[in-house]
Amino acid sequence: MIAIKDLSTQRVRQLRHFIFVLALLPLVRLVVFAFLDRLGANPIEFITRNTGDWALYFLVGTLAITPLRRLTGWNWLVRLRRMSGLYAFFYVFLHFTVFFWLDHFFDLQEMWHDIIKRPFITVGMATFVLLIPLALTSNNAMVRYLGGKRWQWLHRLTYVIVPLGVLHFWWVKAGKNLLFQPIVFASIVTALLLVRVLSQKNRQRFLMVLGWGNADGHAVKERK
Amino acid sequence: MLIKIRPDQIDIPLSSEITPQQIYAGRRAFMGQMAAGALAGGALLGAGSAAAQSTGGNGRKLPARLNNAYAVMDKPTAYQDATSYNNYYEFGTDKAEPARTAGTLKTNPWSVSIEGEVKKPMTLDLDALMKLAPLEERIYRLRCVEGWSMVIPWIGYSLSALIKKADPTGAAKYVEFVTLADKKQMPGLSDPILNWPYTEGLRLDEANHPLALLTLGMYGEVLPNQNGAPVRVIVPWKYGFKSAKSIVKIRFLKEQPKTAWSVYAPNEYGFYSNVNPEVDHPRWSQASERRIGEDGFFARKRKTLMFNGYNDVAGLYTGMDLKRYF
Repeated sequence: MIAIKDLSTQRVRQLRHFIFVLALLPLVRLVVFAFLDRLGANPIEFITRNTGDWALYFLVGTLAITPLRRLTGWNWLVRLRRMSGLYAFFYVFLHFTVFFWLDHFFDLQEMWHDIIKRPFITVGMATFVLLIPLALTSNNAMVRYLGGKRWQWLHRLTYVIVPLGVLHFWWVKAGKNLLFQPIVFASIVTALLLVRVLSQKNRQRFLMVLGWGNADGHAVKERK
Repeated sequence: MLIKIRPDQIDIPLSSEITPQQIYAGRRAFMGQMAAGALAGGALLGAGSAAAQSTGGNGRKLPARLNNAYAVMDKPTAYQDATSYNNYYEFGTDKAEPARTAGTLKTNPWSVSIEGEVKKPMTLDLDALMKLAPLEERIYRLRCVEGWSMVIPWIGYSLSALIKKADPTGAAKYVEFVTLADKKQMPGLSDPILNWPYTEGLRLDEANHPLALLTLGMYGEVLPNQNGAPVRVIVPWKYGFKSAKSIVKIRFLKEQPKTAWSVYAPNEYGFYSNVNPEVDHPRWSQASERRIGEDGFFARKRKTLMFNGYNDVAGLYTGMDLKRYF
């Protein structure tokens, strides 16, 4: 456990490269399948759903990093967060592109009509739009430019974005009464947000109740 | 039955629009070869050829005479697509699932009981159904409420033939189709997604319209399980979910029956559910559709036609506000 807990900078960098490539595989798969005509009878639906799914995985994954770090004490996890967030944006962007291109053929008026008329698209669009400033301010220069505090405030938008993404997914699935997956995602996200609420107000006691820490436990210390 | 069609209702394409079957059937194989060439990957090549087109299944042949009066000139959807992309929740909610899981459906023996407001209640087995009227092949457009469409050569006969045999009483105003709900055969029933059994219904005059097809086969064969074997209805001017699959009971009723999807979401799925580009589903537009296997990746979607192009049925709805009765 010690070895995993205290990964060297070198190891973390290697891990990041590895995950960078791994996270591209869903896209590679789509491209290869498209060429091989293996996307099923309705390829565009397949691509839409698949990119949406991966966007959601990365959104939730990003949100999970801090609680996971506290739980395990693996502080290097935070160094994967930016990439995870950017991949979330990347797959949301692809998801949006399919909608804008293959569904609406760049017909702005038609797309706008769709966005304002249909709540699930409104929410999906909001998720995408809110992610843009976060993606744009994700590099070190922007963190310095904004200053840590302001940057952090801006990036707390994540707490709005991820639930919006889940709501979008929920409404998509609700039309066909397929709520199992949305419930799973909603539960995970609720838990991840709840951990934060509790941890900021009453973290010490909360961790003790869960048996994750003690009165002078590491999870408490690392926040200064 | 005498079928009257005015010449202007017959959709005659230009000869240049008709693509020989072997050419369009070869499209995918061609695409596969292109891809294999582009990628030049040995392992990928094998997968590519696996996607090559199959134009027929391995089901039992079901001879039928093509009824040209009821054959649209659109290119029929590839058999592979029509049998691997199915909404049949009793066998799973993913559209690829029924093709994998519907093998457990036992279609023989099978019987359909005819009940309710009829002078001759009866139970018909599959053999009786097959012989009730001459089998015809009809090529219909199929428009799913989700916004995609197919063109399928069905085999069957007008539902009106069966209605005539059942001889409804004067009180009968509606027909209800009750479908099989057997947990042993249908894994999807463990999910209470809809109130099983899945039921659908039509007004009696709709059911009597010659386009409404009692369907026993497709692509020259008996129905594959995932497509609603052994007997279903096809109502081509309505969204696909109106065309109930694997029917075990047909009831004639005085009152409009409750139908599966309209019970689940009355504001989204109406009793009539006629294909109508003017009435959007609350969550998506119905103005256009994607033709499966034909409208390519970068092709615009095609315009959806009122009554899915079957204007012949318009007379059934004279004076009705179809926005209200969607």
